[in-house]
Amino acid sequence: MNDLDQLEKQLLDEIAAAGEEAALEAVRVAALGKKGSVSEKLKLLGSMSPEERQTMGPVINGLKTRVTDALAARRAELRDAAIAARLERERVDVTLPVARSAAERGRIHPISQVIDEIAAIFGDLGFEIAEGPDIETDYYNFTALNFPEGHPAREMHDTFFLEPDANGERKLLRTHTSPVQIRTMETKKPPIRIVIPGKTYRADSDATHTPMFHQLEGLVIDKTANVANMKWVLTEFCKAYFEVSSLNMRFRPSFFPFTEPSLEVDIQCDRSRPGEVRFGEGNDWMEILGCGMVHPNVLRHGGLDPDEYQGFAWGMGIDRIAMLKYGMPDLRAFFDADVRWLDHYGFRPLDLPTLFGGLSS
Amino acid sequence: MKFTLSWLKDHLDTEASLDEIVETLTMIGLEVESVDDKSVLKPFTIAKVLNAQKHPDADKLQVLTVDIGSGTPLQVVCGAPNARAGLIGAFAAPGTYVPGIDVTLSVGKIRGVESFGMMCSERELQLSDEHNGIIELPEDAPVGTSYAEWAKLDDPVIEIGLTPNRPDCTSVYGVARDLAAAGLGTLKDGAVAPIAGQGACPVEVTIEAPELCPGFGLRLVRGVKNGPSPKWLQQRLIAIGLRPINALVDITNYMTFDRGRPLHVFDAAKVAGNLVIRRAKEGEKILALDGREYTLSGENCVIADDRGVESIAGVMGGEHSGCDENTTDVLIESALWAPLNIARTGRELGIITDARYRFERGVDPEFALPGLELATKMVLDLCGGEATEIRAVGFKPTEQKVVTFPVSEVKRLTGIEVSTEESLAILTRLGFKPQGQGDVVDVKVPTWRPDVDGKADLVEEVMRIHGVNKIEPQPMISKDSVSSRILTTAQIRTRLARRALAVRGMMEAVTWSFISEAQARPFAENRPLIKLANPIAADLSTMRPSLLPGLIAAAQRNADRGFRDVALCEVAAAYEGDRPQDQRRVASGVRRGTARPGGQGRNWAGNVASVDVFVAKEDALAVLEACGVAADKLQIEAGGPSWYHPGRSGTIKMGPKNILATFGEFHPRLLEAMDVSGPLCGFEVFIDAVPEPKARATRTKPRLDLSPFQAVTRDFAFVVSRDVPAGTLVRAALAADKKLITGVNVFDVFEGQSLGEDKKSVAIEVTVQPVDKTLTDEDFEALSKRIVDNVTKQTGGVLRA
Repeated sequence: MNDLDQLEKQLLDEIAAAGEEAALEAVRVAALGKKGSVSEKLKLLGSMSPEERQTMGPVINGLKTRVTDALAARRAELRDAAIAARLERERVDVTLPVARSAAERGRIHPISQVIDEIAAIFGDLGFEIAEGPDIETDYYNFTALNFPEGHPAREMHDTFFLEPDANGERKLLRTHTSPVQIRTMETKKPPIRIVIPGKTYRADSDATHTPMFHQLEGLVIDKTANVANMKWVLTEFCKAYFEVSSLNMRFRPSFFPFTEPSLEVDIQCDRSRPGEVRFGEGNDWMEILGCGMVHPNVLRHGGLDPDEYQGFAWGMGIDRIAMLKYGMPDLRAFFDADVRWLDHYGFRPLDLPTLFGGLSS
Repeated sequence: MKFTLSWLKDHLDTEASLDEIVETLTMIGLEVESVDDKSVLKPFTIAKVLNAQKHPDADKLQVLTVDIGSGTPLQVVCGAPNARAGLIGAFAAPGTYVPGIDVTLSVGKIRGVESFGMMCSERELQLSDEHNGIIELPEDAPVGTSYAEWAKLDDPVIEIGLTPNRPDCTSVYGVARDLAAAGLGTLKDGAVAPIAGQGACPVEVTIEAPELCPGFGLRLVRGVKNGPSPKWLQQRLIAIGLRPINALVDITNYMTFDRGRPLHVFDAAKVAGNLVIRRAKEGEKILALDGREYTLSGENCVIADDRGVESIAGVMGGEHSGCDENTTDVLIESALWAPLNIARTGRELGIITDARYRFERGVDPEFALPGLELATKMVLDLCGGEATEIRAVGFKPTEQKVVTFPVSEVKRLTGIEVSTEESLAILTRLGFKPQGQGDVVDVKVPTWRPDVDGKADLVEEVMRIHGVNKIEPQPMISKDSVSSRILTTAQIRTRLARRALAVRGMMEAVTWSFISEAQARPFAENRPLIKLANPIAADLSTMRPSLLPGLIAAAQRNADRGFRDVALCEVAAAYEGDRPQDQRRVASGVRRGTARPGGQGRNWAGNVASVDVFVAKEDALAVLEACGVAADKLQIEAGGPSWYHPGRSGTIKMGPKNILATFGEFHPRLLEAMDVSGPLCGFEVFIDAVPEPKARATRTKPRLDLSPFQAVTRDFAFVVSRDVPAGTLVRAALAADKKLITGVNVFDVFEGQSLGEDKKSVAIEVTVQPVDKTLTDEDFEALSKRIVDNVTKQTGGVLRA
């Protein structure tokens, strides 16, 4: 073995043995630096005869190339090892808990969600959403809606009254959302297609009655709207709301002072499973809403001629249809703000009810 | 309203099954609430006691051998005193449910003797209260057959829920009329033949309050025998939940239900002198038939004699002149009363009777005297005696309403085609009298239908009898364009506000609109409280002037259940007065403990800090931004309403007057008064105070010019007085060069003795965005100087060395 072979072996051994970049750099300088062992060999070429140079040139340059390559390879190895070591050092316990997204923790109350569902459906049918005040006058809550003074139907409403004001007028908390019918007729010319979700109040309290509850009123007034149209609107609404493809509904004659003819609507369902109601199947009838053709006196109070205009109206309990769809057993819990209840029965804030994306997820 | 099937068939000739009748009732508006088909009585059979021997070990018991028709006599132990050989009675075999004692029988051993069933008393079958002995049947009762069937006790009981507009159906006869009109049979003739009386009624009647009593009929029947009423009558009354009293009283109850004609009977011997119908004197008292004493007022109508008040007119009779088994002469009253007055009297006195129920809805005025005739006939039939003539006072002929009825109204309002003939035939079957022919007819309304006033009422009659089911749903005229937005700005903001808060981890609550007066008071400021005159509870008595008290109380309720870190919000109404414009649309929320948007509670990476004024400020701003308000258009001022901590609360305004929101931590005195604990912060945003967005001609957004030059930041720290708001300093820095400075952020606030008394250091990072050239060092120096000069000028602060 000549000394070049020996040098190469020695350098390659040293490169392989270098455990870190600094050591490797030292090897490089010792070999390829200005006074490095390989550099010294290269310098010898200058003092050689052309023939010698011809032979030794490639040999020494070959040595330089191999050493350079070995250095680069080793450097890459050392870098990989260093990164691997750093990554190992930086390892954490990813099973540690993190905060839930605020958007996942927050909740929308079922009443708000159901009102949004209702708005989505009736918006598609060309209805607008109307609103009115909770504190009403006797005129809007009763008289204009054709409740005669002292009529038993008035008493059935268990009205909350405010203390009389300075003029002796006794305002009240609206017992239904129907006053908004009159308020709308007073300000808007037919055709009218509105739904009115809102708070209503009656002095009543048990598992299915609370002194405050929510109602959905609907009103259609034009020159042709009739009972057949009303049946269609309400059937389509119930199908869409309960998210079933078919539904049996039973319209039966009833009485409300502000509609004539008046009807109550039952919906066929299966209540055989405890705590659950299924629609579109079963043998039970459950009352779900009241409706009818707007009474001529109500149209007159709204400033409309009942021989020219006609229409229908309906009212249903929002809390009740929320309970029917989503299964809350007790109405009182709606208003208790118990975070366990809200977490369980509430809706995620990004679950926006739409028709294109489905009312509920 | 309850009745039995056989009772109905007294008036309705029909082959229809019970199911058909029930279905039809509901579909014509007489909603069936329950049907009791009496199947519970089916297992009881007629049995004969063959042999009765004393029980070997009990004095009062007997051991019977009973033939139940099966060929094998059974041994039955019985304690009834009337049990004896030869008696025919009602037998219940083991396995039978006995309703009167709520027990299902099994083979038992009574004092050592086996008993294979039971001979029953009437009470055990819930037929009456009779329990002195077992039922005794006549000798011809067929042993081995169903007792209920033989005794006609299997008569199904139907209960309907009546709507207040149908007084005519407070009678079995009226229900039969409706069913007949619906094609379920033929209504039997209900005409009443007058009873010829002997001599005038000796008791005279004076109506002093004709406005309350439009007519009063009275008749004396002498020489009656008032024992128990016959079995069939008792059975019917029991079936509908009434207690048989005696024949005279039972007859009045029967007439009430059979014909919707309430009556009253006085024991003539106990009536002193003549009768006066008048308003009660203030404070006048009467002991009524229910055994209670009522104190009357001038708003109550009474029937009085020389002695005093004998009856609360149309509501309840008096105990004093009531009929009992000793009554021999009876005065039968059939009168008309003003419905509103009856309703009021009943309500005020808290009396609910079958008479009140009918009079307040309106009885048929034309049936007052026929009803009296019919009652007289029943009295004569059941109690004997001799009737005088009727004394009728005050009756005027009823003005019969006539409705002009274009028959096309049926189609116009319901959408269904019903022929004119059928429409008029339906009305005729219901007792209406259409007059004339053609497209528009005058329809005479029967006197028993006070609810029918106009043509829409007639449409309802035709629709319900023709069949609501026959109306096919018809789509409304379909849209001719894509729907546009249907919500108002306020409605959209309401929805966005609640979802903006929910995505910040808040739970939306719906709390009561009314709260306790104590909770409302601190939030009403100087406004009067809006109080309910008739709250159901003191803690639900006052309309909330703010959503905060309800939410604060709710947060505490949750804390008391162990959930201390809660974030609740609500977007709803608060009431500043009782007018529509006083109802504010408010988004509000409270946070308790450490319920911050980023998380809550203790955490391995660092515990979450308690909630504070700044989280509440974030919440308020989040709502405002969701409502479309640009945050840089808002002024934030220190301090807020009195319920907040004065040094840790703020008010968000747009312009000098328009308050959009308040936020902060709460005043310790409020927390103490409400008996709640913190940490607690909250906010209110007045959504209705946010201005409507300006109408825009185009939806195109403004052109976006992006600078090609690098944005750079420069930091400055100023020492200012402790009371200089950071907001002022930031605004001063921003104003130094409105073109180049695009942002100023406070990144450090520091107070320390090194700065001097009442001083603080505020460090800001200013973002500079060159627009048309890269800035030179000289440019930056000039800009920095302007910033420092402006801040110094506006705040008195100096650049920190």
